[in-house]
Parts: sequence; structure tokens; C-alpha cells
Amino acid sequence: MATQANVARQVRGGRYEPLPARSRKSLLRRIGDNRTLLLMCLPAIVFFLVFSYAPMPGVWIAFTNFNYRDGIFGSPFVGLRNFEFLIQSGQLWLLTKNTILYNVAFIVLGNILQIALAIMLNEIRSKYFKKISQAAMFLPYFISVVLVGVIAFNLLNYDTGVVNALIEQSGGDPLKIYSMAGLWPIIIILFWLWQSTGYGSIVYFAAIMGIDNSLFEAAAIDGASAWQRIRYIILPSLKPTFIILLLFSLGGIMSGNFGLFWNLVGNNAALFQTTDIIETSVYRMIISQNNFTSSTAVGLYQSLFGFALVMTCNYVVRKINEDYALF
Amino acid sequence: MTAVVATKRPRKVKAGKDDLVLRGISYLGVTLFAAFCALPFVFIVSASLSSESAIMRDGFGLLPNEFTFAAYEYIFKAPQQIIGSYVVTITMTVAGTALGLFIIAMTGYALQRKDFPFRNGISFFIYFTTLFSAGLAPTFIWISRYLELRGSYLAVFLQLLMTPWLIILMKNFVRSVPHEIVESGKVDGAGDFRIFLQLVLPMMKPALATIGLFLALGYWNEWYLSSLYLGSTVEFKPLQYHLYNLINTANALRNSVAGSNVSITDLPSNTLKMASAVVATGPIVLVYPFVQKYFVSGITVGAVKG
Repeated sequence: MATQANVARQVRGGRYEPLPARSRKSLLRRIGDNRTLLLMCLPAIVFFLVFSYAPMPGVWIAFTNFNYRDGIFGSPFVGLRNFEFLIQSGQLWLLTKNTILYNVAFIVLGNILQIALAIMLNEIRSKYFKKISQAAMFLPYFISVVLVGVIAFNLLNYDTGVVNALIEQSGGDPLKIYSMAGLWPIIIILFWLWQSTGYGSIVYFAAIMGIDNSLFEAAAIDGASAWQRIRYIILPSLKPTFIILLLFSLGGIMSGNFGLFWNLVGNNAALFQTTDIIETSVYRMIISQNNFTSSTAVGLYQSLFGFALVMTCNYVVRKINEDYALF
Repeated sequence: MTAVVATKRPRKVKAGKDDLVLRGISYLGVTLFAAFCALPFVFIVSASLSSESAIMRDGFGLLPNEFTFAAYEYIFKAPQQIIGSYVVTITMTVAGTALGLFIIAMTGYALQRKDFPFRNGISFFIYFTTLFSAGLAPTFIWISRYLELRGSYLAVFLQLLMTPWLIILMKNFVRSVPHEIVESGKVDGAGDFRIFLQLVLPMMKPALATIGLFLALGYWNEWYLSSLYLGSTVEFKPLQYHLYNLINTANALRNSVAGSNVSITDLPSNTLKMASAVVATGPIVLVYPFVQKYFVSGITVGAVKG
């Protein structure tokens, strides 16, 4: 896998080392020669075998009428019926639509804000101001999503929420926010931006710090304005970072941000139409309905769809710049 | 890489009018965004220090309303529950971080050794799990029906030990350890494991700190696996799952101050939720200033793919 990329990387790192010639030694011999290094990898190999690979045959559940007693391969086979049901009920379409739309909103708004924030941070001269403001901006990423749920309760609940307290103080009628499905896309996106913008801006900020200073000096000698500096130096040099991050997030467009969604919305059925994504629905099917067949079917659909997306995106990244491809 | 945030770009250029405007906008924008990020925390702390009746009347606000420690007194009147949760979470965090870090460091080091013929195969074996996964339901059934780990802290503890991403991150870090170190160790007749333990590990302190931080955060903030595998089967829930229950069920709130003969109506439920949130989050926010730079280095090094 990726031998060419490895060679390229080694050359780039300034310490070229030829890849070992294909050994003619037998496999057993090679295992013997590397037994210590293999043993050092063993715990990790066992870990992924037990917790990632061993459950994989379980996707068979998606094609059965699973019951706990008979187990995965003892339960009756029903073919594609579970998928037919999910498609006919419209559930699969709703989940796919919500998951993708939320991710598109996250990607577009997230990147714009992260870039803007990184450019602004680059203008800050005071070291202490930068340190303190960054500390505040990373903090939401640092705490647990459960606390995000507490914050949402604090701000939005009907009886005592901050938002309703403000509305009442200005003479309005309090809103039952937890039953207003139309509001929740905005609420979820705001919470997501609150949680991840500061942390996400680090990558762009590092890219700006990496810009060759002589570019800025040359621009200043040519009399470039601050806006021109941003438009013609900073933004173009962020382009590669942006494209790579964009493609990777497109690869993950079928997975969600389960913890955030669940702690904001939870089991509140009034909001599902606008807030239910694949992962929340899978979790709910298991936790509250013990419905293993549908949840496996939806999960398998997500895994396969996601796999295809990652492969496609990686192929495109590879076309643009081989060094950045994942494999 | 860790210095990225602290370093200042030396600029000899004289600032023009538009530079000053941009700088003004930047200070304003950064201040506003930082305030936007910090405000919810202020709301929570203020609410936890308010009296229940004031909250019922006026709602939550920016500043404490009728300042009181009543909610905290309630929590610590019958502290078994929260102390038990603390013990569970701290034990898991310390043991899990130490064990996970050791395994990740070993694996990352071995996979980075250029003379290790199996490194590409094993790397792909680990990486593949990020491309395709069995999904939640088959994993759940495998762990609870076949491994029979349901109701055991091990179900939570083991699953959080490592992630492919952290191993890749470690590989990227180890790459900066010069290969000559390994060679010199070999010349001196040290085995691979001793080279790792005595020569490489001491050079990887920033890497260990960064990855240790992410592991510790994973354990400390864990509520999800607990909700799947522990539920109400254990007496002491991990801290965040305990908080999750307090917020989402009224009964849990009453049980958490069990022993004290309070009826549910007397319970300062709103302020109690906020105070519990503060108690459950407090320590992690206190250590945050000391570990912030490792947090940053995680994403800058991690952005370089493995």
C-alpha cells in the first residue's frame, strides 16, 4: 500500500532510504526475525480483531429476523425484507437527507468561520490576548457533550430557560422551543459551530503561520492593502488545506455527530422530522426498542455508503496531490 | 509544532490605515467569538449559585440570582453517589490512559520502523477499521451476547483503550525520532523492546503528553458506552453518564440525594442540575490551561496524514 507515496515522503523529509528489497526469506523466517516488533504490535492487533473485526460477520443480522436467543446465525433468514421496509416507510430517505444536509451545513459554515477566525487570530499582536481568547474558544471542544445538553437545557427550556426569560422580560410570550421542530436545524448548527469552530481554526491558523514571510514583505513594498494581502496571499495559500479538509469531510458525510445530536434532542419525538440522523436513529432503535434488525440494516447501509464515499474522495485527492492521499 | 500558537510573525512593515482597520475588526471579532464560547459556562455556574425560587421566578440569567450554595450543599449532603462516580471515572481514566498510551506508543513505534517488513500490512489492518465498521448493533450484540461484557466496567474500559487515529498520530510523532538512535542501540546490542523503552520513549514526551491527553479526555468524557453497556446495572455510574441521567430523568435526581428525606417537590431541581454539571466538569476545566498546548499540537500533527 502506498509505496510510491512512502518514497516521496522520505525524499521530502530529506532522508531518503530505499525501501527494503523484497526479501527472499520465508514468511516464518521473517516472523522469527521480527518477533519483538510483532509482539509489540500484538496488543493493538488483538484489540482491533476483538472489537472491530469480530463484530463484522454480525452485519448478517440485517438479512435475518434476529432474535437474541437464537443468535446471529440461528435466526431465520429474510433476505432484503428489512431494507424494503426501511425504504418503503420513507425512513431511510429521511435519515439520509437529514444526515447529508446537516453535514453540508457544517462543512460550508464551519470552514468559512474557521478561515475567518484564523485570519483574525493572525492579526492579533498581543500574546496574552491571543492566549486567553484561544483558551475560551477551545474550551467547548474540551468538555463532554453531556454538558452541552445541560447548556441547551439552561438556555432553551420552557420554564426557566435564558432565552424565554429574556423574551418575557421584553414582554413577549415564552416559546415551547423543545416542540418547535423548525427551529432545531438552526439550534444544532449553532451549537456545532460553538463547539468546533475554535478548535477547527487551528489547522488554518497553522497554515497561515507557515506562509513564507517574504511574500508579505514583497506585498508591502508593492503597496498592497490589508485586504489585498488577504485576497492574494493568505486565501490562495489556504486553498490546499481547504481542499483536503473538504474532501475528507465529504468522505464522512454519512456519519454524524451522534453525541451532540443525542444530547441536544434525545428521545424527543416531536423533533425527529428535522433532527433525526442515521446514528441517532440506530442508537434509539437499540436503546429503547431492542430493534436489532433495522438498526443493523441502517448501520450497514451507512457503512457501505460511507466506504464508497471515502474511496471516491481519496481517489480525487490522489488526482490532485498524491502526497495528501490517505492510501 | 506546539510553538505554532505562541510564535509571533516578525513584521517590519509599517501598518497603514487599512491594516489598522483590519486589526480593529480582528480584535473585535475574536473578542466576540471568545465571549460566545465562554458565555454558556458563565450561565451554568451562575445558575448553580442561584436560589431555586429565584430561578423559578426569573429564569436562568447571566449572574447569580439570590446567591446561595444550597444546590452544592444538597449534592454533598449525601455525597456517596457523586464520590462513587468520581472514583469510577478517575480509576478508569488513570488506568486506561496508562495502558492505552503504552500500547499505542509500542505500536506506533514498531509501525514506524523502516526495517519492519510487516508495517504496511499491520498499518492497513488498523486503518481499515476506519473505512468500514460493523456498525453499532452487531458490535453491541457481539460484546453483550458473545463476550458477555454487558454490565461490566470492562466493556467501557477496553473499548476506549485506543483508536486508529491515535495510532496514526503516534506514528507521525515517532517519525521525528532519528533512526540513528535505533541504529546506535542496535550496535550496543540492545533488543528492539529495550531500544523502545530506554531510548525512544524518553524522546517522545510531547507525543505521550498529547496522546495521553486525548485518551484521558475520552475516558473522562465518556457517557455513550456506559449508556449502552452499563445502563442501570452498576451502582456507580461513570461521572458523565451520572450527569446525563440527572439531566434526563427526574427520578435519578431524587436518587442522587437519596438518604436525605426530601420529597421531589422540595428538591431544587433546576439549580441542582447546574451544580451537578459544575461538579462533574470542574476538574477537567481546572487542568485545561496546563494541557492546552498539547491539545493544539494534536490537531496540527494529526492533520498530517499517516
